[in-house]
Amino acid sequence: MGELRLQRCTDCGHSYFPPRAFCPKCASRDVEVYAASGKATLYSYVINHRPRKDMGTEPHSIAVVELAEGPRMMTNIVGCPQTPEALQLDMPVQVTFQKESDDISLPLFEPAKG
Amino acid sequence: MKRNSIAVVGAAETTKMGKIPDVSVIGLHADAALNAMKDAGLKPSDIDGVATAGISPVELAHYLGITPTYADGTAVGGCSFMLHVRHAAAAINEGLCKTVLITHGESGRSRVGSSGFGRAPSSLMGQFEMPYGVTSPPTMFTIPVLRYMKSYGVTEEDLATVAVVQREWAAKNPRSSFKDPITVDDVLNSPMIAWPFRMLMCCLVTDGGGALILTSADRAKDFPQKPVYILGTGESVETPMVSQMEDFTTSKAFRVSGKKAFDEAGIKHADVDHLMIYDAFAHLPLYGLEDLGFCKPGEAKDFIRERNTAPPSAGSAGGKLPLNTNGGGLSYMHSGMYGMYAMQESVRQMRGIAPAQVEGAKISVAHGVGGMFAASGTVIFSNQEKI
Repeated sequence: MGELRLQRCTDCGHSYFPPRAFCPKCASRDVEVYAASGKATLYSYVINHRPRKDMGTEPHSIAVVELAEGPRMMTNIVGCPQTPEALQLDMPVQVTFQKESDDISLPLFEPAKG
Repeated sequence: MKRNSIAVVGAAETTKMGKIPDVSVIGLHADAALNAMKDAGLKPSDIDGVATAGISPVELAHYLGITPTYADGTAVGGCSFMLHVRHAAAAINEGLCKTVLITHGESGRSRVGSSGFGRAPSSLMGQFEMPYGVTSPPTMFTIPVLRYMKSYGVTEEDLATVAVVQREWAAKNPRSSFKDPITVDDVLNSPMIAWPFRMLMCCLVTDGGGALILTSADRAKDFPQKPVYILGTGESVETPMVSQMEDFTTSKAFRVSGKKAFDEAGIKHADVDHLMIYDAFAHLPLYGLEDLGFCKPGEAKDFIRERNTAPPSAGSAGGKLPLNTNGGGLSYMHSGMYGMYAMQESVRQMRGIAPAQVEGAKISVAHGVGGMFAASGTVIFSNQEKI
């Protein structure tokens, strides 16, 4: 379920995040939304040992991934132990979605399969 | 700015430091301001420019009874006060005002009259970072460091060493919150906050404030204190979201601000006798040493481990570049926006009155960060009228 979408400039081809109505590289207003591959690598992270109330009680990762298309985004890495051993920088990860409400699904990332 | 055209003629911190449960935020601003005005031999009616962050310059001016012709409310986080110095220098040189008061006060620990920490849900950080469980700086400022560590072979021991050396400086400062010596093992065994960051790699949370008074260099000689001249200044900003930093191993805002300040001052790194780098967390002095150009990328960890930034200790002379000689945000104090305290220590060193005085120091650099690598400000001070 779900699809990760990014924006890119139809003039200069630059893909970017977070979204805006123009290209942050060349200022063109001719931009489009497209479906990203959902593939990424783990760029950096911390393991928060003092989780926010709405994040449960166990230590969890707060990560930044580098998408195959170029932009980076903050996320959580799920589907693996929340340990330095399981969370290796540059490991391949893929998007998965967590439904928060009828309107909002959060893009999270899990270790790439296969 | 024009080199040596502006001087600090008043500088003071709050009367108390650390836990001050009986003074509100605005009260801390006022206490620091009154101390700085006493230091400079001035009354509120002598001040015609105000600058502050955390509260509005309107609140500050009204509270102290000042009618300014110049007001600066630049608020880009903890380095805002470095930017205030820079803007005040330009304003005085342009004739907008003659005497500028810059204040900071924060009830970081006691939270008396404090506003909350948080971001609007509609902000970029609110939309694209907050959903993932970030809380406060320990879960945001820290995110780039694993990439930095992997890129340059930096270890947890290297991060711990930053805190250990700064504690050595703090031991010499009677006003430091923490003075007892610590070891690398002590740091690595302190409670885990957000791996790889342990408690002793994170700054204090305390109450306090500080104020500076600036005027033109030609007027500065008529004041009671020895003038501390401003050689150069820099500032820059990068991104409100730490996840969107261009490169996690270096701060663009640091590099731009630092280079601008050094270019304005016309000095080389070897000319610098004393350095303050805003240390909200143990990795910041590493980034700062490299991004200011004192070390090549990846070499700051060795520079600190080899005691180049350390005080004299039994059997060894002090390092060639004394760093964070007040004990820093890690051991001296950190109210939330620490930049003012870095500059206060630079001014004390240039006046020759610091608790851990660097003998013969003539040039001091104070380098600040705002937000989570969001902004930066750099001020280069000297006690020499001409360089």
